[in-house]
Amino acid sequence: MDRRQFLKTTALTLATGAGTLAAPHIVRAQAAPIRIGLMAPQTGVVAAGGREIIDGFTLFWENARNRVGDRSVELIVEDDASNPDTALQKARRLVEQAKVDFLFGNLLANTGLAVANYVKGNGTPYFIPVIAADDLTQRSRIKNVIRAGGYSASQFSRPLADWALKQGYKKIATISQDYTFGHEQCGGFAQTFTEGGGTIVGQFWHPLNTSDFSPYLGQISGLKPDAVFAMETGADSSRLIQQYASFGLKGQIPMLGAQNATDQSVIRTLGPECEGIVTSAHFAEGADLPATQAFVKTYSGKFSKIPSLYAFSHYVGAMWVAKAINGIGGKVEDRNLFLDTVLKTDLPDSPLGKPVRFDDYGNPIYDVFIRKVVKNKDGKFWNLPIETYPQVSQFWKYDPETYLKQPPYSRDFQGIKKA
Amino acid sequence: MTGINLFQILNGLTFAALLFIVASGFTLIFGLLRIVNLAHGALYLIGGLAGYSVAEASGSAALGAVAAMALVALLGAVLERGLMRFVRGAELRQVLLTLGVAFILDDIALVIWGGDTFTVPVPAMLQGAMQIGGVFYPKFRIFVLALGVIVFAALWLLLNHTRLGALIRAGVDDPEMVEASGINIRRVFLGTFMLGCALAGLGGVIGGAFLTLYPTADAEILVFSLAVVIIGGRGSLVGAAVGALLVGLLNSIGRVMFPELAYFVIFGPMALLLAFRPLGLFGKTA
Amino acid sequence: MATPISQAAPSYEARTRPSHVVGWIALAAVALIALPLVLPSYQVSITTQILIFSVLAMSIDVLAGYGGRTTLGHGAIFGASTYVVIYWTAVLGGGIWTGVALGILCATLLAAVFALLAIRTSGVYFLLLTLALGMIVWGLCLRWTSVTGGENGLRGIGRPEFIADHISFYYAVLLVVAPVTWAMWRFVHSPFGLTLRGIRDSESRMRSLGYNVPLHLFIAFVASGFFAGIAGALYALFNNFVSPSTVQLSQSVAALLMAITGGVGTLLGSFVGATLIIALENVVSAFTARWPTVLGVTFVLIMIFAPEGVVGRVRILLSRRRKRQSSESLN
Repeated sequence: MDRRQFLKTTALTLATGAGTLAAPHIVRAQAAPIRIGLMAPQTGVVAAGGREIIDGFTLFWENARNRVGDRSVELIVEDDASNPDTALQKARRLVEQAKVDFLFGNLLANTGLAVANYVKGNGTPYFIPVIAADDLTQRSRIKNVIRAGGYSASQFSRPLADWALKQGYKKIATISQDYTFGHEQCGGFAQTFTEGGGTIVGQFWHPLNTSDFSPYLGQISGLKPDAVFAMETGADSSRLIQQYASFGLKGQIPMLGAQNATDQSVIRTLGPECEGIVTSAHFAEGADLPATQAFVKTYSGKFSKIPSLYAFSHYVGAMWVAKAINGIGGKVEDRNLFLDTVLKTDLPDSPLGKPVRFDDYGNPIYDVFIRKVVKNKDGKFWNLPIETYPQVSQFWKYDPETYLKQPPYSRDFQGIKKA
Repeated sequence: MTGINLFQILNGLTFAALLFIVASGFTLIFGLLRIVNLAHGALYLIGGLAGYSVAEASGSAALGAVAAMALVALLGAVLERGLMRFVRGAELRQVLLTLGVAFILDDIALVIWGGDTFTVPVPAMLQGAMQIGGVFYPKFRIFVLALGVIVFAALWLLLNHTRLGALIRAGVDDPEMVEASGINIRRVFLGTFMLGCALAGLGGVIGGAFLTLYPTADAEILVFSLAVVIIGGRGSLVGAAVGALLVGLLNSIGRVMFPELAYFVIFGPMALLLAFRPLGLFGKTA
Repeated sequence: MATPISQAAPSYEARTRPSHVVGWIALAAVALIALPLVLPSYQVSITTQILIFSVLAMSIDVLAGYGGRTTLGHGAIFGASTYVVIYWTAVLGGGIWTGVALGILCATLLAAVFALLAIRTSGVYFLLLTLALGMIVWGLCLRWTSVTGGENGLRGIGRPEFIADHISFYYAVLLVVAPVTWAMWRFVHSPFGLTLRGIRDSESRMRSLGYNVPLHLFIAFVASGFFAGIAGALYALFNNFVSPSTVQLSQSVAALLMAITGGVGTLLGSFVGATLIIALENVVSAFTARWPTVLGVTFVLIMIFAPEGVVGRVRILLSRRRKRQSSESLN
């Protein structure tokens, strides 16, 4: 099969080569489809999210009849197995064997970082609607890695901290998964919260896939904070929310969270224990905005579940890049032009419901919703916006140059301002 | 950070109870059949997920638990009769075969249940918290603790005061001898295997209610069970109980006191113990 | 008791004529040298990966096939070397060759620690103990965030210029793997290796003959760790990235499966095993996401039908035929 693939590719290259010589541009463009490599975890710990990446991404291309401009689109999906070594191998295969024009996807930060490090060397455009590691669009920016439809980790926890201050919360404890994504979201929260006069009374870091949160819950209730900020993903989030309720903390200490903590992928299998948690994000499935509700309706109709972060981000990401490709008449082979155009493309009508654009660092600027988990009229839990922070960039209210001089967030550096 | 208190000790004990339920099944199979069943974690996961589905459909968690035990016991029978017979007597081939089975079962679980995180619903009477010695503690966890004790008592009675138990114990010590006395040891083996697997299924439902079920949950519980059985010693019920208590308490205390070294706290002592007492605390030479 | 995965048939030298071996090796060498000329670049990098994992699988075979000790901890030893190379070059800014040397040294030291703890055990207990030791390394890589980068791992700085592209790196790996394979071959066929096989077949007999069994096993384990460390260092150059998934249990499992598929106690079978498993993964995952099932089924089938592995199976068939031929020629 590999050999045949090789022959086919060779033949194709020769044919297009000949075509370029003989015919004007437009003919060549029609001859070869645009090849997109999508990497998503179909096995391993985040397989459910991976499924939704594929669903969201392919939904856009199906709606677009697998065409952009006058070129057809060929989608090649690979399983990254929730494992960075596998992700790297699949990225190699997509670029070197399948000869894709650009890459999309990945869910876990470590898979995304591994692939980003690889495309840094060969210039293949790589779009990351879910990978949130701050420095990919900050201190160690890679020109061909763009967060189309994505966000940087500390971007949304800052408006939430601001909102928390406005609610009169003075003392907050954070609990988070102990890895960069958690350090960054908590850092954004802790910095803004303490700079606004609040106090972080305790920070708990637990390993990924912590089955038993009881040791931390005991310590949190001992600190008697005004609220808790929870930075959790997937199964950890389900468990924390559940155990928080079963230990009786739900009624006592309000829970705030990162957007992933109450994403649909988490709360759709939960009961009333998730009700009332407040998070912040660029998307709220309960938002009363026509584009959002139309998307939620289509997606729910097709996959019988409300779209999650993974699904809508990849739908939006695909839409964004497709719009840019349209703008350059399908010439994705001109990588510099392609990347520049993507960065200059504004997206007014996506499922996010509000217009979005990129900043100078390849990260979008969003209207951020403060959202509360409530039961909708169908009896399902979803995130309903209760306040909007317009035009939030990854640098919040700081000057980018000054901001980038502070060290990246880590366990040891949380940007906490001492009172 | 706060130190060790009643709360953390209760956490350790309830986790130990779950570990005991899962590991007792593991050690029974290891002890009698000499099989290190690395598919035990996968059976836990499948049992838990099946229990979840039944409990959601019927509204009864108890029914879910029974269904899970029955299904997993059946899977165990298929595994024992269908696959293990081909590699009987070859220890390492058995271990590696069960590893292959674990891969397959995990993947099947992923196909059927889709990889979301599931929580087995807890019956209404066990929801909420109760006051113990000045701390609020979830009722369900107290129930798990009690269930652990009940399972221990039941297995102890089974092994020490029934004919089947006598056969199993004799089988652990000397299978040839039992065979020579005209008893169909194969049937005893099959029964034990199914019982051990059923305990994994029960563990899956219990664990699924307070630790949730998700892909790779199987590997985590398996590694903990391995630690329990290695510390306790092959085939020893008391060993499994002591091992579960040690691992459960070390885990919950280690999390609080040495968060960076969480794995060292459990596996460090285990590796040392095994290096000096290769058969574990209560293990007997084969 | 220590029951090896398959009781290897009589010793190798007795069954295969040296001329055959030389012929096959020459053929393989020519094929390996010519490969990049005919394969597209992606396949060249897959072949490079196969070569690296063959070394890891052989290092496991040194211990499993000749010492009778099957390990599930070698992924951790391998990955420790990978971590050290990347840390040295990317974080500390050290030179690549010092990094490689340090990586191999650390893997060897780690193997020595594992060996001290594990050599008293055998059979299933050895398997479980090495598994637990590997878990500790994995847990450390995951939790010691300030050094290992935790879950996200560490990104490397790339290979030196002269081996940067696929093809030159492939030849560089080949240039390392060939002498390393030869060294392992010499090791297991040396008098020391013979003693090791004696220990595999009957520890008590060797002990009563006056051999220091624990010392032999210790040396074998450390040597095996040294070879796994070489593979790990090559992997660092190959992948330019390391994370806890490089040291996790599934790495040990995959490498052991390669050794078993090829044939435990055949050493060179590891090449066959690594080729089959990696090629299978690449072909299967192009068609379906159900790779874990395929891997599991492969594992089960091999354990039931061919525990002696592909090369082991072929040898048995060959020796049967040879016996038949020799008995026919007698008639």
